[in-house]
Amino acid sequence: MATLTPNPEQRLATAAALPAAIELDGINKHFGPVHANRDIHLTVQRGTVHGIVGENGAGKSTLMSILYGFYTADSGTIRVGGKTVTITDSRHALALGIGMVHQHFMLVDNFTVIENIVLGAEDSALLGRTLSKARAQLKQLATDYGLEVDPDALIEDLSVGQQQRVEILKALYRGADILILDEPTGVLTPAEADHLFRILRKLRDEGKTIILITHKLREIMAITDQVSVMRQGAMVKTLTTSETSPGELAELMVGRRVLLRVEKGPANPGKVMLGVDKLVVTDDMGVPRVKSVSFEVRAGEIVGIAGVAGNGQSELLEAISGMRDQSSGQVIVNGQPVSAFGDDGAARLREVGLAHVPEDRLRMGLVTNFFEWENAILGYQNDYGQGLALDVGRAKAEARERIAQYDIRPANTDLKSANFSGGNQQKIVLAREMERNPDVLIVGQPTRGVDIGAIEFIHNQIIKMRDAGKAILLVSVELDEIRALSDRILVLFDGEIVGEADPATADEGELGLLMAGVHDRPDAQGSARLPEHVTPVEKTLTEMSPKTDQDIR
Amino acid sequence: MSARVPLPRWVDIALLPLLNVVLAFLIGGIVVVMVGQNPLEAVGIMLYGAFGYGSGFGYTLYYTTDFIFAGLAVSLAYHAGLFNIGPEGQAYVAGLGVILVALGLNGQPWFLTVPAMVVAGAVFGAAWAFIPGYLQAKRGSHIVITTILFNFIAVSMMGYIISKILKPANVGSDESAPIDAVSRVPQLRLFWELFKNSPVNISFFLALIALVAVYWLIWHSKFGFAMRALGHNPTAARYAGISNAKVIMITMALAGALAGMVAVNNVGGVQGRLILNFVSGAGFVGVAVAFMGKGHPIGVALSALLFGALYQGGQELAFSMPGITREMIVTIQALVILFTGAMGDMLRPPLERIFGPRAQASAGDA
Repeated sequence: MATLTPNPEQRLATAAALPAAIELDGINKHFGPVHANRDIHLTVQRGTVHGIVGENGAGKSTLMSILYGFYTADSGTIRVGGKTVTITDSRHALALGIGMVHQHFMLVDNFTVIENIVLGAEDSALLGRTLSKARAQLKQLATDYGLEVDPDALIEDLSVGQQQRVEILKALYRGADILILDEPTGVLTPAEADHLFRILRKLRDEGKTIILITHKLREIMAITDQVSVMRQGAMVKTLTTSETSPGELAELMVGRRVLLRVEKGPANPGKVMLGVDKLVVTDDMGVPRVKSVSFEVRAGEIVGIAGVAGNGQSELLEAISGMRDQSSGQVIVNGQPVSAFGDDGAARLREVGLAHVPEDRLRMGLVTNFFEWENAILGYQNDYGQGLALDVGRAKAEARERIAQYDIRPANTDLKSANFSGGNQQKIVLAREMERNPDVLIVGQPTRGVDIGAIEFIHNQIIKMRDAGKAILLVSVELDEIRALSDRILVLFDGEIVGEADPATADEGELGLLMAGVHDRPDAQGSARLPEHVTPVEKTLTEMSPKTDQDIR
Repeated sequence: MSARVPLPRWVDIALLPLLNVVLAFLIGGIVVVMVGQNPLEAVGIMLYGAFGYGSGFGYTLYYTTDFIFAGLAVSLAYHAGLFNIGPEGQAYVAGLGVILVALGLNGQPWFLTVPAMVVAGAVFGAAWAFIPGYLQAKRGSHIVITTILFNFIAVSMMGYIISKILKPANVGSDESAPIDAVSRVPQLRLFWELFKNSPVNISFFLALIALVAVYWLIWHSKFGFAMRALGHNPTAARYAGISNAKVIMITMALAGALAGMVAVNNVGGVQGRLILNFVSGAGFVGVAVAFMGKGHPIGVALSALLFGALYQGGQELAFSMPGITREMIVTIQALVILFTGAMGDMLRPPLERIFGPRAQASAGDA
C-alpha cells in the first residue's frame, strides 16, 4: 500500500477500489429530547485523511463516540472494512482497528512514555516482557512514521505536542488502522501543529485512515482529502477538499453566509486608560514568567498580544486583572495605580473599571454548576440587592435582557451553565463583562472553542466596544484573530515584549519569527537560555515549566 | 451532552432516598430475624416508640433538634466546598460558653438567659471552628484533618475543664454546677401536656428558624453566592473578586455557631449542667444527616427527623425486645447511613431505566 505520495485524486481513486474503511448508514442517536445524530450516512475511504467539520454541538463528537464504542446508536449500521459490526465498547473498537486520540489526553503524568503505552495492554502480570516488546515496536513506529519520543521520559516532562504523539503511539501500538483525532491542534503551537500534520501525512501514506475532527477550516484545507460537514446533528455534505473553499465550508457549517473577515474602521486612540509599567510576574513555582513588561493601551484602540501559548500571556493577563500577585512593577488603570495583591484583587480592579474576559471560561470565567443567571452576575454579585440580601429577581431580569441582546441559546436563565455550548458560554461571559460599561476590557482567547457563527458576533462586539471608546487588550494564540482585530500588535516571547507591529503592514512570516523568539536584538539568543550561574534547583524549576520552544529549535 | 438521562425531580429527591431507607430496613430486618425475633414486630415497636405517644415523640423531636443543628453545620460548610467533620467538638466547646453564661446569670428568668446562652454557644462554637478555618485559609491545612483533630482536642480540653475546674467540690460525677430551673431553656411540656416526661424544649423552634435562615443564607444572600462560587470553583471565585480565605473563615465560624446550638439544646434545655461528653455522637450523626439531606435544609430536616426517630425508636426497641441490644440498633443506624450515604446512588441506574424513557418521551412531546 506504500504508494509514493500520489496526488489526492489518485489516492481517492485507489481507495475507492477497496472496501471503505468505515461506512455509517442511517445512524441515529437521541439524548433525551435532543436528536444528536440524525440519519447519518458517511463513507470514509481507506488511506485518506477525512475531515469532519461542524459547529459545537453539531454532533461530531457524538458520532465519533458511537464509532469508538462510548455510545451505542439508536439505529443504523456501522461497517468497518466492509463488515457490519456492533461496537460495544472502546476495547472492541480497538480490536477492530479503530483508535482515538482525545482532545484531552488520557495519560498518567508520573508514568514514563513506555509505561503509558503498555497501560491496559499488558500481556501478563510480569511487566518486563511487555516492556521490552513495546520498546522494540516503538522504535519501529518511530522510524516508520517520524514519531520520535524518548520512551523513558516522564509524561509530565513532555511538551503538549509530544504528549499528543504518545497518544498516537498508544493507538498505533494497539494496532489501530483507523485513527480518530478530536480537535488535535487546539492545544498545540503552530510549529507543533505543523509537525503533527507531517506525521498524519506519513501515516496516511503508509495506508492508515485518519478521521480529523476540527473546526479550523485552514487545517481542513491543508491536510484532508475529503471533508464532511455536519450541522445540527445532520450530515450536510461530503466534499472533496481540493474542490471546495473555506468560504463554502463555513457557509455549509452555519447554514448562511459568514464573513470570515472582520470589518472595522480606523481607530481613534484617546488618552491612556491602561498602563503597565515594568511588570514582573512569577508563576506558582517562583519562576518569572513575565519579565519587566511595559506598554500602554489607549481609549478607543485594541492592542493585541501575539505569542505562542505559554510565553507569559496567561500570567500577564492574570496579573493585570488581579488574579495573581505582581512581583514588581505597576498596573495603572485610568491614571490610578492599582494594588492587586491578596486573593480579592480582582474585586478592586473591577471597581476602577476594568473588565476581564478570561482565557479559560470553564476554569475561571464561569462556575459551570451555577445557573445562567448566577454566572451573569458573577463578580458583580454585590451590586444586586441591599445589605446582605441578594436580589435574585433583579439578577434574573438583567440576565434575561443580556440573553436577548447577545442571542444566548437556549434562552433560559435557570439552566445550568454547563449545559450551554462553548459559544453560548462565552457569550454569557462577554455579555457580563461588556455590559457593565468598563473603561478597560481585557480579553483572553475570545473565540477559543467557539463556532464560526459566534466568532463573527464576538469579533463585532469587541470592535463595537472599541468604537465606543474603550481601551481593549486582546490576547490570543490565533494570529489571524490578533491581526484581524488589533490596531497595534505586541509580540510576547518568553515573558518579554520582543516587538511591535502594525497589523495593516505586518507580514505573517515576520510575526511568526518574532513569536518564535528569532529577532535581531543582540541578547536575543541568550534570553531563552539559562545563564551559567543558575543553581540546579532553579534549573529544574525552569525545565518543569511548560516548554514552548522545544519544537521550534 | 451527557449520556445520563436525568431522573424526574420527585424521583431524585423523594423516591430514591425512600427506597434506600426501605432497603436499609430490609437488611436490618434480616439481622433481626437472625437473632430470632420478629422483624415486623420490631418495626412496629420502633415506630410506636418514636411517634406513638407524647413522651416518645418528644424525645424524637429532642434528638431531631440536635441533628438539625449538626446537620446544618456540615451542610453549610459543604456548600463552600469545606467538609466540616467537627460539629462534635464544636458543640462540646460551645457547651462551655453556654454553661459559663448560664451560671453567671443564674437565677435570672429564662427569657434573659436563653438569648445569652444562644449567643455564648454560638460564639464558642464559632471560635472552635474558626481555627481550622483559619488554618485552611492561610496555611492550607486540610479542613477534614484539622476538624477531626479538633474533636479530639475538644474532648481532652473539656475533660480537663469539667473535671478540674467546673466540678463543684461536693459533686461526685464529672459535671458542672446545675443551672436553676427558672434559668433553663423552657421545655415544651410546660405548655403542652402531650410532651410530658420528654426533654424537647424551645431549641426545637430555634432549629426550625435555623433551617430557614440557612436556606436564605445559601441561596438568597450575597455571602451565600460567594460561598457557593467558592465551593464549585475556587478559581472562578477568585476571578470574581471573592476572597477565598475570608469566605472559608466566615463559613467555618458560621458552621461552628450552628453546631454550638446543640449545646443550648442539651446543656441549657435538658441537663441544666455541663456533663462530660454530653454531645455523645450527635455531631457525627450530623455528617450523615447532611449527606442524606444532600446539603439542603429541607433534606436536612427530613433526615434529622429520620435519625431522631431511629434513635428514640431504637432505644425503645432495645428496652422492650429481649435479644435486641443497643449494638444492634447502632447496626441498623449504620445500615441507614450506608444505604443512603455511601451507596445512595446504587438504585439510580435501575430507576433511570424505569423513569428515563418516559421522561424522555414526555419531554420530546413538549
